[in-house]
Amino acid sequence: MLGLGKKDTTLLIVVAVLTLCAPFILNPFPAGSAMAQFNAGYPDLMQRFVIFGIFAVGFNILFGLTGYLSFGHAAFLGVGSYSAVWIFKLFTYNVLPAIALSVVVAGLFSLLIGFVSLRRSGIYFSILTLAFAQMSFALAYSVLSNPKFNLTNGETGLQVYTDDPQWFHSDRLPDLPHLFGLSMRATHTMHMGDWSFSFNTGYYLCAVVMLLVFYLAIRIFRSPFGMMLRAVKSNQQRMNYTGLNTRPYTLAAFVISGMYAGLAGGLMAAMDPLAGAERMQWTASGEVVLMTILGGTGTLIGPVLGAGFIKYFENIFSKINDTVLHGWFGFLPDGLEDVMVFIVHPFIGKGWHLTLGLLFMLVVIFLPGGLVEGGQRLARWIRGRRAEDSRRKTEPAE
Amino acid sequence: MGILEVKNVSKNFGGLKALNNVTLDVRENTVHAIIGPNGAGKSTLLNCLVGKLIPDTGSVMFDGQSVLGRKPFEINQMGISRVFQTPEIFGDLTVMENMLIPIFARRDGAFRMHAIESVAHESAVLEQAEKMLIDMKMIDKRHMHAASMSRGDKRRLEIGMCLSQEPRLLLLDEPTAGMARADTNNTIDLLKQIKAERDITIAIIEHDMHVVFSLADRITVLAQGTPLVEDEPQNIRGNPKVREAYLGETA
Repeated sequence: MLGLGKKDTTLLIVVAVLTLCAPFILNPFPAGSAMAQFNAGYPDLMQRFVIFGIFAVGFNILFGLTGYLSFGHAAFLGVGSYSAVWIFKLFTYNVLPAIALSVVVAGLFSLLIGFVSLRRSGIYFSILTLAFAQMSFALAYSVLSNPKFNLTNGETGLQVYTDDPQWFHSDRLPDLPHLFGLSMRATHTMHMGDWSFSFNTGYYLCAVVMLLVFYLAIRIFRSPFGMMLRAVKSNQQRMNYTGLNTRPYTLAAFVISGMYAGLAGGLMAAMDPLAGAERMQWTASGEVVLMTILGGTGTLIGPVLGAGFIKYFENIFSKINDTVLHGWFGFLPDGLEDVMVFIVHPFIGKGWHLTLGLLFMLVVIFLPGGLVEGGQRLARWIRGRRAEDSRRKTEPAE
Repeated sequence: MGILEVKNVSKNFGGLKALNNVTLDVRENTVHAIIGPNGAGKSTLLNCLVGKLIPDTGSVMFDGQSVLGRKPFEINQMGISRVFQTPEIFGDLTVMENMLIPIFARRDGAFRMHAIESVAHESAVLEQAEKMLIDMKMIDKRHMHAASMSRGDKRRLEIGMCLSQEPRLLLLDEPTAGMARADTNNTIDLLKQIKAERDITIAIIEHDMHVVFSLADRITVLAQGTPLVEDEPQNIRGNPKVREAYLGETA
């Protein structure tokens, strides 16, 4: 279907069902219950899941296929956000032109950075991209926000003010990013018994965009172009002596993944119309590397899983505080309760990074193929057991 | 007139004269062997032919066109394919994919961005790759990871990949280095078969005299960066100069 093989079609359908039903899947606990804090089905977080999913899928086209580890991809995300907010400021709150421009600008920007950085490979390439990203961060944070030429609004971040021109804006339209009048913040909440599920316009826009670009990523992975990119990773020498010019291949991959990052940045601004320089900082670039490795480098679904995993931890674990812990361990005798809270304390709240770091180490050491490898091992184990079971059943008792 | 003409090529590395005024003619449709003791400049010469090194002086003409200053991928596009001393293949890819890549490169040139249509739909290319794998007797290994094969299989795959591009000149850099006698003989047979079935010129750099004398139509002996003699195998065998510089030294 859709020009995909059977396996890929199944994967796409599974991803589509999961993303479209996410408001249900991510809210498994009743709203009032103690477990409700583990619910992730609120619009803000769901949007982040898919937006970072897009970012990581794009990053994986570069890193997973060609093996070039870019440490500056957040720069493209930031550039995308800034371009989108400028569309909001100058023209209209409609998100389509904003997203389109963010993709185009990020594409051009990555063409420039890629052209220079791809002259080197390995660690030198990583350092070059990191340097460019930090330069962009510095430009956005201070240089490009002087009173004479204020492109980024510095520390405050770029946002839409009431005296901005917004030439195509009219009073009939919502005063927020919208899609032909449909506000991105519009949320329909459905109550079923104790459960409540939120259906948010912004989330569904992001989800549809993610499905489209995920489909595109599958096509790229299976195309001759994708095969050439994997060949670049495998053996550049043989590539060159096979009459192929590796430079345009890597540059094309770099620009495509830069455009994915720009798209993610544009969507981020469309969900919340502001853009800050911190989006371009090196920690943000590092985060997408973590997502991809955690999920499974070079696999299709891995980066999406990794993005979801990290964002879940960031938003859910960081919200657990000592009061919550005391609630959990309340059944224990007083002294023991305090000891348990003391032990768990460093891993929650602001300490969520510690938990994530430990999990990351465990995954890298025991599952070098990331969460995807974990899933594959689990599936093989189940299949093996089932085969064993059926063998046992067919063998008559002697 | 030869298909490959090397004229007065010199190459220095610092104070070391790796190649000193080398002139060499590889005639079309022959197997031309280049032999010589270690450090004679064989590999340097080969690297000058494929664009990895640029000679300090002299000219290298392939089919009437200069190859100097061109990048390796451009020289390959002209019709020169190279087999490395240690097989250079795409280890992370399957055997089939390894074979597809040179065929795509042959069809589409140095770069083409077809990122949408699936490889599985390129039936003409797939057919051609399958045919070549059958020729190389490795069709049953097509789904294997190339890196997991034996040295001999990797070598065969690499030769197959080069042949799939229908090169006019095939350069082999010690194709039997580090191989067992049986694998060496298989490689010799394979090369003989290739020569018999195709319009192809083969230039081979080799240490193993057994390989050289079973394949070569002409032999050039290099010593200390200079060609000593160029002649037919039977004349090389008895040449006292060669004995002294090469055979005598190793014996």
